[in-house]
Amino acid sequence: MSNNILNSKTFNLITDNIDTDQIIPAQFLTTTTREGLAAGAFYNLRFDDEGKERLEHVFKNFDATETAILVGGNNFGCGSSREHAPWSLLDLGFKVVVSTQFADIFRNNSIKNGLLPIEVDKAALDYLSANPETQIDIDIANTSCDIQGYGKIEFPLDEFSKYCLSNNYDQLDYLISQKDKITAYEQQL
Amino acid sequence: MTTAKTLFDKVWEAHCVQPESDDFPAILYIDLHLLHEVTSPQAFAELERRNLSVHSVKNCLATIDHSTPTSAPNAAGERDYITAQAKNQVDTFLENCKKHNIECHAWDSDQRGIVHVMGPEIGATQPGKTIVCGDSHTSTHGAFGALAFGIGTTEVGHVLATQCLLQRKAKSMRINIEGDLQDSVTAKDVILHVISTIGVNGGTGYVLEYAGSAVRAMDMEARMTMCNMSIECGARAGMIAPDEITVEYLKGRPHSPQGEDWDVAISNWSQLPTDEAAVFDKEVHIDASKITPTITYGTHPGMAFAIDASIPTTNDESDISSLEYMQFSQGESILGKDIDLVFIGSCTNSRISDLRLAAKIMQDQQVQVRTLVVAGSELIKLQAEAEGLDKIFKAAGAEWREPGCSMCLGMNGDIGKPGDLVVSTSNRNFIGRQGKDVRTILASPIVAASCAITGKITDPRTQEKAA
Ligand code: SF4
Repeated sequence: MSNNILNSKTFNLITDNIDTDQIIPAQFLTTTTREGLAAGAFYNLRFDDEGKERLEHVFKNFDATETAILVGGNNFGCGSSREHAPWSLLDLGFKVVVSTQFADIFRNNSIKNGLLPIEVDKAALDYLSANPETQIDIDIANTSCDIQGYGKIEFPLDEFSKYCLSNNYDQLDYLISQKDKITAYEQQL
Repeated sequence: MTTAKTLFDKVWEAHCVQPESDDFPAILYIDLHLLHEVTSPQAFAELERRNLSVHSVKNCLATIDHSTPTSAPNAAGERDYITAQAKNQVDTFLENCKKHNIECHAWDSDQRGIVHVMGPEIGATQPGKTIVCGDSHTSTHGAFGALAFGIGTTEVGHVLATQCLLQRKAKSMRINIEGDLQDSVTAKDVILHVISTIGVNGGTGYVLEYAGSAVRAMDMEARMTMCNMSIECGARAGMIAPDEITVEYLKGRPHSPQGEDWDVAISNWSQLPTDEAAVFDKEVHIDASKITPTITYGTHPGMAFAIDASIPTTNDESDISSLEYMQFSQGESILGKDIDLVFIGSCTNSRISDLRLAAKIMQDQQVQVRTLVVAGSELIKLQAEAEGLDKIFKAAGAEWREPGCSMCLGMNGDIGKPGDLVVSTSNRNFIGRQGKDVRTILASPIVAASCAITGKITDPRTQEKAA
């Protein structure tokens, strides 16, 4: 299957500055694996002080098979470098995050794990904000996406990341393939 | 023709195994890879899965700091971990370090400490180096003129396996801070002021260089406080050009170059500062003399203001919900509000100079709320005890705990109760960071200590010392 096409509906969590502590609180970081982190994702939104699930919360009826595109506010993923943040979002079932701006490290971490960050302008975000569960058809190879009822837009993604994402190519394999250059660099130190 | 370069350009270019192109990111060589228990286990597991070894063990340096308890060990030397999983994480890490022969400062080392306190303290952090760690506050090390930034766990694996990272070069921004600081104003107040000026995401996509007379006048510990919080405005890194203060600090430290190497190093370092004609993508100017003690009032570090100011009015929904969480109102001053807890510690403000400032205020006083004082490293703890600072803290009723990250992120169990208002010398006032529904106010050690002895938000400039 080609990894170039991704179609799903949006799930809105539009607040600015959603930091990685909110995405996955520190008490879930003592794990030594990357699996099972959905249990801690947005924990404080979903559970109360006693650890009981809140009667009402945004994720109550969340179904990743329907809405795999998370729409967040500006400066999404700021704060800690914990890769547990994209791991937990993927574990919840998200495949894409949309925001007007991503924090650098979060963006990097996401791409390396196949979670696609799509940066849009304010007008598009406002539209998505007003229209929950909007269908978006994403074409990674052309770095464009079709937001139903809004139109087609392009999003920034560097060539290398695009190549890696659409071909399931691992960045470490690339680095290892460059070992001769690395050794040569070390020899002139 | 040679073009004028910034400090960042120079360090970047010297480490490009391969420069970036349209199609490929640069391959950047990493001189120092700092490791801790939280962000590395999955990277070591990945090495194992692929049957790879660590490419260059001598470039790695490890410690345990995040999940570690800050209570003293029992008579049998056992530590009181918050969960068995936390203990397992530390044990797994120690095994990984042992297996790969990585220098690790664990419980038995008096060089153990918060990773960003330890690196500089033992002289491993040096000008011109590239330094990474699976931790966003790696920006701290930029205070020495190193290019230092946080990475994710996948990248930790990349560096372990190849000593390299795939990187796109960031833009450059110079923050010029000119003038003399007022009394009771520290590097912490300056950086909070900077972040509130450029905005919580104002640095995204940039590497910052802090320059100007106020920065040149700072000692290394103050410079580290500045660079530490660069990430809080989204910047990739923060840097300060090395000078005599840098050289003086590094002289004679265990990992510093020795003998002839030292002379070579000093001469290399002297070439690093930004050339006069170099051009930055952005310049910001700040008048140091106007900065007053500065604290935060919201749920990110950009929501900071002069301690005696009123909370600005706003229509911004995020700011409004932030104030709701803090239980503060627009237009009000927060001076005099009752607090529940004080934390003095973290890689931002847990060095000896920070502890001295706090001790000076707490001397012969009593704290009115629970107060945790946590040195950044074993060496700082020993130094503080040699100076009798621990006695001052204890006599004031504060807790003098074992070094570590502690309440900065609370993953070891050092947290507040829901609703608590905490004055903290750490770097993040995020929702829930110091415990569920805990409200955090970021402040300097001077402000935090002043608040501890009154039990209220207190301006240190107006506080009268009780007789
Ligand atoms: S003290 Fe806080 S910010 Fe610093 S490394 Fe530890 S958890 Fe991170």
